[in-house]
Amino acid sequence: MASLVLAEHNNRALDEATAKTVGAALKVSAPVHVLVAGADCRNVAVEAARISGVEKVLLAEEARYANFLAEPVAELVLSLAAPYDAILAPATANGKNVIPRVAARLDVPQISEILSVESPDVFRRPIYAGNAIQTVEAKGFKKMITVRVAAFSGPERDGNATIEPVPSASDPGVSRFVAENLSRSERPELTGARIVISGGRGLQSKDNFILIERIADKLGAAVGASRAAVDAGFVPNDRQVGQTGKIVAPELYIAVGISGAIQHLAGMKDSKIIVAINKDEGAPIFGVADYGLVADLFEALPEFEKALDQK
Amino acid sequence: MKVLVPLKRVIDFNVAVRVKTDRTGVDLANVKMAINPFDEIAVEEAVRLKEKGQAAEVIAVSIGPQGAQETLRTALAMGADRAILVKHDGELEPLTVAKILKAVCAEEQPGLVILGKQAIDDDCNQTGQMLAALLGWPQGTFAAKVEIAGEAVTVTREVDGGLQTVALKLPAVVTTDLRLNEPRYASLPNIMKARKKPIAEKSVSDYGVDPSPRLKVLEVREPEKRRAGAKVGSPAELVARLRERGVI
Repeated sequence: MASLVLAEHNNRALDEATAKTVGAALKVSAPVHVLVAGADCRNVAVEAARISGVEKVLLAEEARYANFLAEPVAELVLSLAAPYDAILAPATANGKNVIPRVAARLDVPQISEILSVESPDVFRRPIYAGNAIQTVEAKGFKKMITVRVAAFSGPERDGNATIEPVPSASDPGVSRFVAENLSRSERPELTGARIVISGGRGLQSKDNFILIERIADKLGAAVGASRAAVDAGFVPNDRQVGQTGKIVAPELYIAVGISGAIQHLAGMKDSKIIVAINKDEGAPIFGVADYGLVADLFEALPEFEKALDQK
Repeated sequence: MKVLVPLKRVIDFNVAVRVKTDRTGVDLANVKMAINPFDEIAVEEAVRLKEKGQAAEVIAVSIGPQGAQETLRTALAMGADRAILVKHDGELEPLTVAKILKAVCAEEQPGLVILGKQAIDDDCNQTGQMLAALLGWPQGTFAAKVEIAGEAVTVTREVDGGLQTVALKLPAVVTTDLRLNEPRYASLPNIMKARKKPIAEKSVSDYGVDPSPRLKVLEVREPEKRRAGAKVGSPAELVARLRERGVI
């Protein structure tokens, strides 16, 4: 049998989350096919075909898939679902939007945000914002899965899968795309970045985030924020790291002026190395940090930036 | 137009959960319970629609143990008109909940269903989408803004890169994200009034749905704990340490 992976992309480039989801799918049921649904997105299919372990890329190019609306995309996935014993998507906004819709129509339960594949039928997933880990068995039906991509690594890019166009499915015609307001950034995506530097309430203002951004640019890092910083309007909400925001697990996570509420820790505690810079020695963030610097961030950040310049 | 608000009773978000020593689940005994915070936002949004004259009636529904009645009273005190308690002890999978809600929709014929994007206990993030699928309705998930105009609802959604706005034909399902609104505190007079509002009691079998789970929970355990590392004396030392580790 085989797995089908829903590709995450923006019609121009493939998101790293796709390869990581393929990594998970290979452990569930190989070979793996990737569905690229979008508009004018052939380049994305070409990229997906290079992911090692992918046997076939299904390409559905149609204007109605341009914005990944759940209603038409779910119909498309349903039209292709029959031969697969597992269908997976990264636990991104798109994956979370579409997979349950398909699962319900197939009358099968869904396993959300898996952290590991223990065996092809057994998965671990976080509950209570990661304060407990559940092991679940799914046997006897098609497996519908969303993948917490931070917990998986993606295969090499030395594959050479075939690209096969697939016919579009019917459009239920009940939803319409109106507008999009995406933050444009030259910096890496939060969820895929190797280094993330996040600021919290301690930054005190929107303007002070420049201190974080300058270091981010020196390190090639993504910029994140705590919920407090988002709620205070310092940064847009798609920057939020935490239980209700993005879940990240980079090689290096630098938390600046973030106290470390459970809500925030849930979003970053699986990072390989955690650094905390905070003036409050008792801040809970120091309880999970590999390196802690008790200091006023307004003095520490410029010095940190200077130290980065000195080889 | 009727608005249906499904809500779940969960462990209060301020409570630190404890995994049971036999690893079968999380300890719920003598733990403070509350309305799922995302569902509370859904109640608030529905009540605001009623206050704007866009909803005629707000109906809260919860599927759970007798104690879920308290959670429904919270919704009634916030301004919901009446409630339905579908009594069930034990865990229900989101698909089962969606099937029950579909049957409730068949009876109540709401024009809009608003519920939380996920429950903070199982963190599934499935029920709203599944309900929409079973009903053949469109879905506006992770809503940051909801506007009704005529036969359509415009939903601005929190997506990975920012915001996406979609227009959905009514009837539709909307799931709430954190920043949709700030739920009100129920006033004492409204809490008193809520005691007199009706709560209809039903059972899962009334809706002809099989409640047995299909996923088998083998174990629930605590996550691996991270230990605190070392303190560094200066930013320069921090940079030196990170260089030693080869991450920068």
